[in-house]
Amino acid sequence: MTDLLRRLMRTPQGAIGLILLAVLAAACLFGPWLAPHDPEKMDFLGRFRPLGAQNWFGADQFGRDVLSRLLVGARSTLPMALAATLLGTVAGAVVGTASAYLGGRWDEAIMRTIDAVMAVPGLLLALLLVSTLGNGAGNAMIAIAVTFAPGMARVTRAVALTVRGQDYVKSATVRGERASWIIFREMLPNVMAPVVIEATIRVSFAVMLFATLSFLGLGAQPPASEWGLMVAEARQYVHQAPWILIAPSLAIAMTAIAFNLLGDGLRDAMNPRDER
Amino acid sequence: MSASWLLRRLALILYTVFIVSVLVFGITQALPADAAVTLLGENATAEALNAIRERLGLGDPIWWQYLRWVGHAATGDFGLSMRTGQPVGPEMLTALGRSLLLAVAAILVMLVIAVPLGMVAAVRQGKLADMATGLISYLGVSFPEFVTATLLAMLLADTLQWLPATGYVSPLEDFGGAVRHLALPVLTASLILVAHVARMVRSETLDVLHSDYIRAARLKGLPERTVLVRHALRNALLPVVTIVALDVGYLLGGIIVIEEIFAIPGIGRQLMVAVTARDLPSIQAGALIMSATYAVANTLADVAYAVLDKRIRYD
Repeated sequence: MTDLLRRLMRTPQGAIGLILLAVLAAACLFGPWLAPHDPEKMDFLGRFRPLGAQNWFGADQFGRDVLSRLLVGARSTLPMALAATLLGTVAGAVVGTASAYLGGRWDEAIMRTIDAVMAVPGLLLALLLVSTLGNGAGNAMIAIAVTFAPGMARVTRAVALTVRGQDYVKSATVRGERASWIIFREMLPNVMAPVVIEATIRVSFAVMLFATLSFLGLGAQPPASEWGLMVAEARQYVHQAPWILIAPSLAIAMTAIAFNLLGDGLRDAMNPRDER
Repeated sequence: MSASWLLRRLALILYTVFIVSVLVFGITQALPADAAVTLLGENATAEALNAIRERLGLGDPIWWQYLRWVGHAATGDFGLSMRTGQPVGPEMLTALGRSLLLAVAAILVMLVIAVPLGMVAAVRQGKLADMATGLISYLGVSFPEFVTATLLAMLLADTLQWLPATGYVSPLEDFGGAVRHLALPVLTASLILVAHVARMVRSETLDVLHSDYIRAARLKGLPERTVLVRHALRNALLPVVTIVALDVGYLLGGIIVIEEIFAIPGIGRQLMVAVTARDLPSIQAGALIMSATYAVANTLADVAYAVLDKRIRYD
């Protein structure tokens, strides 16, 4: 683990990604204490106050401090995206491994169905699911997890197919182990490495998808300072105060960049031979 | 490419549409909205509600409702919109036309930008141009469409006043106006695609440049330009067909957001309106048509790939 971390720090992507992630983690853990102002405190004399000593990132249409809202909002954005990715990855990994283990017609049927589900554009599927479950951050999280599962299943299956031919799986089969034992205890632990890389990159999609759902009014609800919601609310004040639009936009992009960099760094660190 | 391969692809499209139809029907049936109440309003009498339930067949078994819906949908009849009372099918198809205009324009713009960008990055690997392309790709995939769209609109429409911020003009009525109104949405949609495709073109070109036949072409003494354009480009571009097809999925999702932001009455915006109003027939039609479009685009890409690359034989 420390070896992996060291190799990760040696790739430029990994190093920058980790630093950005450390900043984001700090915002998630200590956001309310780091925030210079109360994120909900309105100040009608300070509406649209530009960037300066009093409000580093300016103030919004109610005079609320943008930086404080961003710092506190990290909590309503990042954990949701992480949870969605985790849930989708676990579900996808189980289905993918099971499909590879079962093989034959079962595998064919499961994979064609997954192909079909993936023919629904991700945002559309998430949109349909949220409209069924009802608007809200939790439901948006579940919808994103369901949207991710088929893709993760496909990735996992490809890896699991190679694992399936290994001797330890064969010996477990000969020992007469149950299917669930072989899938969960023998195969799953050995397909995790590539799945983790894929999942890391997916987190950046999850962040964007979650922010998009909130932007469309289906995810986090006001007065939450979720970043996508902040962009949606800032749009009509773009003439008076472009910074209240730009600040959360950059926060979303920075998060996505951080996870993309980390994913690429992990890939390089785990396969040192691949130069591209 | 054999006939049986084509048939199997066709069967796969049908299976895809079947699964999607089950998915869409299942999801919309689970919607916490009573179609009769949506149609008549909260204050309708019990008799009126029962009458309309009878007329819509809401009391029938669920599988029968599904079959009836699919049967009608196959003939293009998706029922009447609960919001406007108009037939949903024609409305959605008109909207799809506008969305396809936007999508095709975005793909063309993307190809014009991404292919040269990726090739230059590959030829000048490790140099400034390569790093710049890498940076553009990273930024492109890290900004969600709604952020790109809002920032571009802020810059080009509000601050510089070069382009109109919202609205749609039919190209048949006013071509110049249509181009001006489509410029911002197309730019937004193509940016994320440029990021994907430029990266892909770069890595494919690098693969090709390291191959033996390029070395042979160089050793023959052919000018570098001929080597690149005649030998490398063709082979590097082939896999791009596939990635473009996959990107159509992103594009269709992105179109929902982009049309919403730029007020383009395409299928994405219709779908958003339908979702907000819980207009079941419109949600069903929109989702099914979008997914079917994607499935067809993917198959077309596979066929194009087979036609372009004579080495590949599907059987």
